[in-house]
Amino acid sequence: MGKKNQPESEMLKGTLDMMILRTLVGGDAHGHTIAKVIERTSEDVLEVEQGSLYPALHRLEDRGWVASSWGPSENNRKAKFYRLTAQGRKQLIRETSRWRQMTRAIDLVMGEEGGAQ
Amino acid sequence: MSWLRFFRRRRSDTELQDEIEAYLAEESADNEARGMSPDEARRQARLKFGNAQKVRESLWMQNTPQRLTAMARDVKYAFRTLSRTPGFTIIAVAVMALCIGAATSLFTIVRSVLLRPLPFRDPDQLVMVYDHHRGSGENPDSRYTPVAAADFYDWCSMTHGFEEMAVITYGGYSLTGERGELPESVNAAAASWNLFSLLGVQPAFGRTFTELEDQHGSTVVMLTWKVFQRRFAGDARIVGRQIHLNGSPFTVVGVLPSWFNYPNASIQLWVPYQAFATPELLKHHDWHQSQVIARLRRHVSLASALEQVRAVQYQLHLQYPNEPVSDDVIPRLLNEDLAGNVKKPLNLMLSAVGCMLLIGCLNISNLLVARGAARQKEVAIRSALGAQRAILIREQLTESMLICAAGGLGGIFLSVLATRSLAHAWKDLPTAQGVYIDGAVIAFACVLMFAATLIAGLLPALSSTGKTMLNALQTSPRTGASSVSRTALRKSLLTTEIAITVVLLIAAGLLLKSFLRLRSADMGCVTRNMLTLFYGLPGNQYDTPEKVNAFNETLLERVRAIPGVRAVALGNTLPGAGFWGDMVFTVKEHPPLKPGEDMPDALVRWADPGYFTALGIPLVTGRFFTNDERGPRSYKVIVSRQLVLQYFPGENPIGKHLHVTAHFHPGMPNDVDYEIVGEVGDTLYQVGKESKGTMYFPILEGDQNGVMLAVRTASDPLQFSVPVQMQIAALDPELPVSNVLTMDQMIGDSLVDTSLTASLVLAFAILSLLLASVGLYGVLSYLSAQRTTELGIRMALGAERDQLLRLMLVEGLRPALFGLGLGLVVSVAVTRIFQSMLFATTPLDPVVLFGVIATLLAVAVLACLVPAWRASRLDPIQALRTD
Repeated sequence: MGKKNQPESEMLKGTLDMMILRTLVGGDAHGHTIAKVIERTSEDVLEVEQGSLYPALHRLEDRGWVASSWGPSENNRKAKFYRLTAQGRKQLIRETSRWRQMTRAIDLVMGEEGGAQ
Repeated sequence: MSWLRFFRRRRSDTELQDEIEAYLAEESADNEARGMSPDEARRQARLKFGNAQKVRESLWMQNTPQRLTAMARDVKYAFRTLSRTPGFTIIAVAVMALCIGAATSLFTIVRSVLLRPLPFRDPDQLVMVYDHHRGSGENPDSRYTPVAAADFYDWCSMTHGFEEMAVITYGGYSLTGERGELPESVNAAAASWNLFSLLGVQPAFGRTFTELEDQHGSTVVMLTWKVFQRRFAGDARIVGRQIHLNGSPFTVVGVLPSWFNYPNASIQLWVPYQAFATPELLKHHDWHQSQVIARLRRHVSLASALEQVRAVQYQLHLQYPNEPVSDDVIPRLLNEDLAGNVKKPLNLMLSAVGCMLLIGCLNISNLLVARGAARQKEVAIRSALGAQRAILIREQLTESMLICAAGGLGGIFLSVLATRSLAHAWKDLPTAQGVYIDGAVIAFACVLMFAATLIAGLLPALSSTGKTMLNALQTSPRTGASSVSRTALRKSLLTTEIAITVVLLIAAGLLLKSFLRLRSADMGCVTRNMLTLFYGLPGNQYDTPEKVNAFNETLLERVRAIPGVRAVALGNTLPGAGFWGDMVFTVKEHPPLKPGEDMPDALVRWADPGYFTALGIPLVTGRFFTNDERGPRSYKVIVSRQLVLQYFPGENPIGKHLHVTAHFHPGMPNDVDYEIVGEVGDTLYQVGKESKGTMYFPILEGDQNGVMLAVRTASDPLQFSVPVQMQIAALDPELPVSNVLTMDQMIGDSLVDTSLTASLVLAFAILSLLLASVGLYGVLSYLSAQRTTELGIRMALGAERDQLLRLMLVEGLRPALFGLGLGLVVSVAVTRIFQSMLFATTPLDPVVLFGVIATLLAVAVLACLVPAWRASRLDPIQALRTD
């Protein structure tokens, strides 16, 4: 369980969609798994708010980046599985490269500041 | 995509609930794996998930377009506001429904008659071609001369500009069963065999005529859908069987489709053109009885195609210099040809309805401004709390939109009910296209609704949210200062309303006066207590003049013997019954016509010896016909006064001879001289048309089979219709009788369209007057309510009640007077446009003008008197105490 209500756990705007898409590269998953994977991979720094996860999933589905189907979960419960579509894969590539550019730029800026400190 | 989402939002919500359930199950399973008790595991899962309701809400919002929710809110709000004042709402919606309904109905007719293409193949390639006399003037009656049969055949063989030409003429048959039962006289048309293929019309059953069938003596017939359904029960087996026309068997070869109403709905049968006329007639270039319809060849202009026909016609004219052979041709688009007579009245009525709609909108606008005044505090507070002006305007527009939409729906409903009966009441209306409401009409109604919304809603919305609005919070209602501009707005709206009303009233007044003038026009004969009817003696039974005369004279004798019958007249037609026909002639005693001089022509009538006395047509000089002037060789003629004035100025016509070149004696020499034996007074052939010189020939020549009987009676003529018909049935039980009317009815019948136009425009004008007076009343009531305190102070300071009454009256009458002046000025310009529709009435008819002014002033004073009187009766104490 991640620490709650800490500034670190707040997600950057617009990054949730990208991370969901990234998570789905590893295979189809339902909402619970997606949230868990994001939290685990971020070493529990990021906490996925359910209030934004589900609307985000529906939004991605509307745009055709993920597709969904109902199926049994690993515990044999009914769950809605999301699958990355070809279009979603392209979108993920676009967003990843944009993200890399952004973080590199921010690193460059912050690197100098950080050095001075 | 977003709309799809919107309509699926309920499904996607249930799916989300399932997903949440699945999440909680997974999470509590995880928790249980960590060693928690099931209850605790469930609780922790819920805690981790947070507020499920909130998640659902945010997805719901995400699936709903923002604008839509705002609109739904506006509609709900406007609906509530409107239902708080049901009286206002009902009146406004009813006014809108009436206005939009009337406009939609008229537009339906305009679209069907003037705008929609005819239901034929490439209708814009179709054109009518008429004979034409150079220098015949602009009057359409004389401009478009019916085509002579021989002209048509020469055009066909000698020109190649048109792809195809067809010819049509009209007549009537007596339709009976096989043994002569159920006689009925029907209107028929005769067309050259290629007409239907030229129009691109496929028969519903059977086939159309063949070229071989288009000849004299041919006995084939096509039925229109109407007679097929009515008389033959819609049984397709009639094709190939025989029906009896004028006693002879005709074979039905086809049935025309139900939509085929060309040239009008009265035609019941079609026969081949040449079957209708004798081969003799078809050879004549002066038998002007037909209409020619032509289809343009692709890539050949109308002008060049016509040029060829024109050249041929001019040659024909030169070939027959002393006969009425046209020297030119003139085209008219088929559409125009059918709708020529109704175009002007239709446009006039459409404008009248437009004016009424505008007044309706202005009235609602006016009422909304008043409501806006009552709600100014609310609007001010809301805008102080940060409401944007655009949103406030949108809200108020929604209100007028609801009114107009409800009114529009009601209007479309009304118009569905009214259009058909309106089209039926209109006699001259061409129905070839069929009058029905279609998508374009609905679209028109929607555009009207939208325009009405803007006109009715925008002005009040802008005024109530204007910059004075913030002052409303500061001003005390005692002074009412902020409403000055609004009152001015209402007054100018009212002025416009009244001005338009005045224009409508004047137009209606002029049409009404013109109609009354027509009604009371002097026909030149007795019309009171006169019964008229038509019968046609079948040519195969009554094939000699002796047989025809025997029937007619016996009938006349028997009818004269009926008690109460004063006199009886028999003619081929009667005054007021229509043009029927004319003929050219020369005067034997006069020098020959100079080249280029128009040949004299006059109407042709046949009359029995008692005709003039019975109809009360006075004898000027000479004598009437005698019983001896019978058979084909009498060669006597009676002329009318106008013919004498025109062609025998300063001469005594008696004893002169008219040389008539037309051919109405089959088998007789063509050119016959007729001796003038008498001169009689003029009659009108149709109300509203100028009288024309007339020649009367003796009906006892015995070759007129279709005749009209006029019976002058001592009392109500319709009581005599059965006795007279019984006399006819006694002589020939199979003879159909039609058009049994009094002469006044017959004349009134030809005025149906005029009276329809006049009464509809009058109805619109009265409705507009009503609306304007309601507006006037509303404005003044509002004004006096605003000024209650002021009036109270005036009274307390010693103002007389009479003074206050006068003050308020002047206040209310000022916009009325302005509107009246403005309307009069506009009317001067507008009435000139429809001057040609008026009969013996000038556009600035003083009676109409003063009548309108007096009516408007009276109504305005009445509308103002009530609120003004109420204001002057205020109790000053009460008035000063009101807020």
